[in-house]
Amino acid sequence: MMKRTQLYEIHKSLNAKFTEFGGWEMPLQYSSIVKEHLAVRATAGLFDLSHMGEIDVCGQGANELVQKLCTNDVSRLTDGQVLYTLLCNETGGIVDDILVYRHADSDYTLVVNAANIEKDLAWIKKQNDTGTEITDDSNNTTLIALQGPQSIDILNPFVPEFDVSEISFFRFVVGKVAGIPTAISRTGYTGEIGFELYVHANNSEELWNSLFPAVMEAEGLPVGLGARDTLRLEAGLRLYGMDMDENATPFEAGLSRFVKLDKGDFIGKDVLFAQKEKGDLKRKLVGFQMLDRAVARCGYEVYQKGNRIGKVTSGAPSPSLKCNIGFASISKNTKKTIEIDIRGKLHPAKIVKVPFI
Amino acid sequence: MIPENLRYMESHEWVRQEDDIATIGITDYAQSEIQDIVFVELPDVGTELTHKTELGVIESVKAAFDLYSPVSGEVIEVNETLLDAPEQVNESPYEDGWFLKIRMTDPSELDSLFDADSYQAYIEAEHV
Repeated sequence: MMKRTQLYEIHKSLNAKFTEFGGWEMPLQYSSIVKEHLAVRATAGLFDLSHMGEIDVCGQGANELVQKLCTNDVSRLTDGQVLYTLLCNETGGIVDDILVYRHADSDYTLVVNAANIEKDLAWIKKQNDTGTEITDDSNNTTLIALQGPQSIDILNPFVPEFDVSEISFFRFVVGKVAGIPTAISRTGYTGEIGFELYVHANNSEELWNSLFPAVMEAEGLPVGLGARDTLRLEAGLRLYGMDMDENATPFEAGLSRFVKLDKGDFIGKDVLFAQKEKGDLKRKLVGFQMLDRAVARCGYEVYQKGNRIGKVTSGAPSPSLKCNIGFASISKNTKKTIEIDIRGKLHPAKIVKVPFI
Repeated sequence: MIPENLRYMESHEWVRQEDDIATIGITDYAQSEIQDIVFVELPDVGTELTHKTELGVIESVKAAFDLYSPVSGEVIEVNETLLDAPEQVNESPYEDGWFLKIRMTDPSELDSLFDADSYQAYIEAEHV
């Protein structure tokens, strides 16, 4: 039995098509992936992301524990700041990619991928040798994202206490949205201006129903996981389980700027340090654009001059660029044309800069 | 909704018979399930196709879907406008969004396909 979010009935009433994702029955699309995608780029989109996990880490030893778990430097955070980071295992493989929210000294929330909640929780508990309090708050928390250029104008009327445009990128403020206690986070997974709103699960329908008419009024749309995937891909954002996993180090996933080797000790540091010193990456994640109309999808094999050099990790038509794009993990440092095996035929693609838009 | 004069496959292709020529497309139900069609890969004119084997592929934003040939025969015409306007399959699945025409070698193969009523019953059962 798949898990359902508090907003399931609302999605059903909006005629959503559903899909399984990380054990959850989530909206894939309400109208059309392309329309929803373009609405987020042009005006706004409203997303139910309640499947994401929230793990609270607080009290004695929390600073040290979080710093030990993360490749990025959590000690640089001030209260109300958010950090994107990787959790690595001892061999430098990526356990998950997460957001760290710092509420106060020794008081953090880690926002983790839906499919990884159990795994991360076990991993964090295993590393907890300082008696830090670790709580899985996922079932009590609803995450609703409002993304797109109109996000600020849509959200502001619901937040009389302050101007949400004053919240900088990767900062959050705990306040009220439509009278509901909410952590208002200026973050997202679309490449657009936007907010991620964390509320208690009991208030999720009220928050959705407050924002929904304003989103529609602004010619925005409710957005499912289909468009979430194409939006993040265009923005060059990796997806855990596809573009990275425990078999890849952050360097191999092209995420070196989130690894701070000078921050002190953390799990996986020795392996990552050695890999950087030697420069012996087994593979590299690159962005590509198809040179014909064929669509490369996850798992398709990549060739160059007859040699197999890797695999596509994500691939889709780009609704904004009107061409087909993707990420590939390849074993060769190349900027030349690659070929992708699509149903037994090789189709040319060029390596391009990421983000795609 | 479902045109009376066509035959249908379980994989949601339709076929229109005019003498020994079969015109093939996908149904309105199929296009509404697939949505956002961005690319249609079809065989070249002259290709010999076999009843219920792979004919081509539809790509939507989300995924690729295989197409199957309702009949055996030679491809005599392909709807070239779909190369630049694949969205015609979404907009007009029974008219402008047709895929190709086949000169049938065995028109009796059509008898094994659904008529409109049985296709209607089939998609109602599938949708539950």
